[in-house]
Amino acid sequence: MPTTKTDRLEIRSSDDVVKVRQQTRILAAEAGLSLVDQTKVITAASELARNTLDYGGGGSVQIEFVEAGSRHGVRLTFQDQGPGIADIQEALKDGFTTGSGLGLGLGGAKRLSNEFNIESTVGLGTKIQITRWKTG
Amino acid sequence: MDRIPILKLGRALLVTIQVDMHDRLATALEEDLTQKIVTLAAKGVLIDISALEIVDSFMGRMLDNIAAVSRILDAETVVVGMRPAVAITLVELGLSLSGVKTALNVDRGMALIQRRLDSEGVDADDED
Repeated sequence: MPTTKTDRLEIRSSDDVVKVRQQTRILAAEAGLSLVDQTKVITAASELARNTLDYGGGGSVQIEFVEAGSRHGVRLTFQDQGPGIADIQEALKDGFTTGSGLGLGLGGAKRLSNEFNIESTVGLGTKIQITRWKTG
Repeated sequence: MDRIPILKLGRALLVTIQVDMHDRLATALEEDLTQKIVTLAAKGVLIDISALEIVDSFMGRMLDNIAAVSRILDAETVVVGMRPAVAITLVELGLSLSGVKTALNVDRGMALIQRRLDSEGVDADDED
């Protein structure tokens, strides 16, 4: 699957969360996503960027324009070297939080994406990849 | 630090969010609004989010908090101007903003607040 565009952004502060949203917006628009789909993927990016910051102790995200056959989309890969997630199924449930948030971030980001992959090792960190494809 | 301006309109406060807010700015707005409700004896708070391209769970929680705090301080919060794509996304995210009154635009939001002032017999421009 060819990747035509890529950017890696550090996530170290809440200003960086804003930058992740802006960069996601640019690539989602270039991929031709509808306004609703752009809004969904930017919102998912915002949730995951804040998780990376608040729970992962900071990290980075790679934002890519992806093509598969005739499909276009935008893919984001978040990575941190934080404490990791012990029980991923539990963490995906709405309302689950170890912090002060609403516990909607992870499950919400999954619902807002077409593809969602998570790998996490306790003590080593977490990697989350989401993809939103152009529909129609 | 940047601050989001809060305008006084009779007995109501109007906030127009025009920037992509970072989290500290959202928290500062919550504190500033609470302070202004008390010092200006405001009865209503209008938050115009028509310029916002997304509302995530952090911002949603901020809106919920502002509505809850203002209610305790005897003011009503109305969130106006939410874009359709934002509304669709919020519901899918799992946020229903059940504690927040909404209206399509500033005029309708203001009318909601005015109706409450009328029913309580408060003059819209009365400074007490």
